[in-house]
Amino acid sequence: MMDILEILVSAGFWAATIRIVSPLILGTLGELICERAGVLNLGIEGIMTMGAMSGWMWVYMGGDLWTGVMFAAFMGLIFGLLHSIFTVYLGLSQHVTGIGITLFASSLSYYVYRMLLPDATTPPKIEPFQVYEVPFLSEIPVIGEALFSQTPLTYLALILVPVVWYVLYKTPLGLAVRMAGENPMAVEAQGINVLSIRTGAVMVGSAFMAVGGAFITMSAFDAFFFGMINGRGWICIALVIFASWKPGKALIGALLFAGLDALQVRAQQTAGALIPYQFFLMMPYILSIVAMVIMARKASYPKALLVPFRRGERT
Amino acid sequence: MALLAFHNITKRFGSLVANDDISFSLDRGEVIALLGENGAGKTTLMNILYGHYTADEGYIEVDGQKLPAGQTDAAINAGIGMVHQHFTLAENLTVLENIMLGTESLWSLGQKRAPAKAKLAQMSKDYGLKVNPDARIADLSVGERQRVEILKALYRDARVLILDEPTAVLTPQEADSLFKTLKSLTKEGFAIIFISHKLHEILAISTRVEVLRRGKIVGSIETEKADRKLLAEMMVGRTVERPVLEQMTIGKPIVELEDVSVEDKNKDTSGIPKLNQVNLTVHQHEIVGIAGVAGNGQSTLADLLSGLEKPDAGTFTLLGNAVTSASPADIVHRGVGRIPEDRHSSGVVGEMMLWENLISEDLRHAPVSKAGVLIDRKACLERANKLIDAFDIRCEGPEAETKLLSGGNMQKLILARALSPQPDFILANQPVRGLDEGAIAYVHGQLLAARKRGAAVLLISEDLDELFALCDRIAVMYHGNLTPSYDAKTLTTAEVGLMMAGTNHSEQTHSENTNHSVTTNSGNEEQPHAN
Repeated sequence: MMDILEILVSAGFWAATIRIVSPLILGTLGELICERAGVLNLGIEGIMTMGAMSGWMWVYMGGDLWTGVMFAAFMGLIFGLLHSIFTVYLGLSQHVTGIGITLFASSLSYYVYRMLLPDATTPPKIEPFQVYEVPFLSEIPVIGEALFSQTPLTYLALILVPVVWYVLYKTPLGLAVRMAGENPMAVEAQGINVLSIRTGAVMVGSAFMAVGGAFITMSAFDAFFFGMINGRGWICIALVIFASWKPGKALIGALLFAGLDALQVRAQQTAGALIPYQFFLMMPYILSIVAMVIMARKASYPKALLVPFRRGERT
Repeated sequence: MALLAFHNITKRFGSLVANDDISFSLDRGEVIALLGENGAGKTTLMNILYGHYTADEGYIEVDGQKLPAGQTDAAINAGIGMVHQHFTLAENLTVLENIMLGTESLWSLGQKRAPAKAKLAQMSKDYGLKVNPDARIADLSVGERQRVEILKALYRDARVLILDEPTAVLTPQEADSLFKTLKSLTKEGFAIIFISHKLHEILAISTRVEVLRRGKIVGSIETEKADRKLLAEMMVGRTVERPVLEQMTIGKPIVELEDVSVEDKNKDTSGIPKLNQVNLTVHQHEIVGIAGVAGNGQSTLADLLSGLEKPDAGTFTLLGNAVTSASPADIVHRGVGRIPEDRHSSGVVGEMMLWENLISEDLRHAPVSKAGVLIDRKACLERANKLIDAFDIRCEGPEAETKLLSGGNMQKLILARALSPQPDFILANQPVRGLDEGAIAYVHGQLLAARKRGAAVLLISEDLDELFALCDRIAVMYHGNLTPSYDAKTLTTAEVGLMMAGTNHSEQTHSENTNHSVTTNSGNEEQPHAN
């Protein structure tokens, strides 16, 4: 017990939590934007893989880090567009399309990786984003090390939380997005094109997901290998429900999950001899399920989520 | 120059012509009523005007300018506002948010809520449309939501206001206040298009009536020169005669309920039984009516009689045999025809084809089924075609999607399914809710024909006029209790109204013509006779 407390007050634990949370925040915000417009995007796992591969590959091929992030985001936009062609314009099943996008995007990522680097046996490395210590702020004990000694993409993820909140709740565009997820007919009746709003939201949301994936290969690690997204996309989908589709709560949920993950790694080291390590690996997921069960009961989902809007059709 | 003019509008959905060469125009201060039965094409025409649909032929002019087709934003900018029958509001958002959507550039970085709120408050005051801008739509009553819809249109500077069946969801008081608003709007120079199939409303509010039938304008008349009978005839295309009840002698009992109770299994509610010792007998050649305010146990009674619930106590006898377990398929096979309360949710599967819905109650028997496992598609289609003809279901054919049918035609489909096997007992739960005059007459005619043939009919309705027109006997449900049934000829509407509010009716004045065991609520015996 004392060991756990010791972990909880250590700066290393909090720094790890913030590091782990970054891709989750990006993925969750991305999914949240899609779902707020009424489109479930189960392509998230594949789109994150694609972002991870493409951003890394860009840098490996000689590009610089920031254009790599932009390239990853661009790939996200492309796959978001693909998802919306099927779900928004053709009104097909969002579940089936999403799973299809995940299978397609992740397989394509591995395929392209293998095609471009056929001879690599050990995963080749790039020079990833380095820690940027924010002047003065990083010198604050514990908090400084945890919050202000991170890589730039982490800062980006944290800043995007209030930005997404502001856009969704304080701008006409955000109102249109939320309305499209609640009652698309209301959007159309006010002279706004529902299909454009939904497509835009899915594309931007997918770009967020792709950058979340890129964080893993370009900031947390320095290489791309098979299965490295490792279900983070699915966690993000659960976090959106946990957060009741609200950006602020999404941050809290992501922090909770990341904190448990960071805790289990450290707990393994102290108690690993007594308890099989698999139990520690399970812990964040089990506690997430418990938290989900508690939180999701009160969740009010966007009314038009999963409902395709077909213009000019007789209802 | 007319403010608004339709020129030869034609719109087709598949092979169905929803609007056929429609032309008329409209000036400031006019209230045009679009009158027509369900499915006549009124809403389709308005959806074309507002840009939801694109017309296949023809065009619309506003102030002599051609209106771009199929663009709601163009229609809004031309000063057209629409209050949809199914409100286009997002329930989880506030009134202000619903109204502001689309009024600012999507790319501006912030919203100007304060000036919008001020403008809304001013408009609320000017037009007498009171509403709290910060309330969530979900917390508003239907009447308030309609006010928001009207304000939404006025906020966008509408000059032409379309109201699609605006009173369908309103209480009489709310409808009155809507009419006041509309009258004051016309004084200010607004033009109004008012869609309805309620004749008295049209006579009260409009200046001119355009009558639509099967997608065509079949007549146009100044309201001053019109009367109810004339409009009804123009709308339906023939004289609508309300069917009359023939005198008949009752036959043997078909359905008998004896002290039937159904417990409320939901622990959250009060635990009052949903049905409390209900006694009811329905004989051949008679229609028994069940009156009552919605939610007093009528739907449980209907569920029981259609095999969805089984009695917790008491006996349910159908054609002399006790019904002990709940099985709708069994009930139907034993000779019950069911017309469910909500045709959309429990009557048909909208996404499936007509012929599939027509066989859905009889899957296991010939001619639908081969050897009890395979569907004989050819026989089904044949049967569907026959029923479509016999019941005059207007549709594209047996393979059309059922949800494309209008309300009246959907109800005809349900009648075809329920009545074609010549059931001994017909359970009709709100069979004419939401239907127009022609369809109502049709449904009532079918029920009376079934009575004549020898069926027993139970008619559950909230409409007392309907019950008095059709029923031999009427009983009232109140809090899960069913009153004894009384001869409809000796009852008055006022008496039934009082029983619906729970006042006991003294049984002695009306002798029963059946063998009901009469339970008396002793506590109420001293109450004065309901008159």
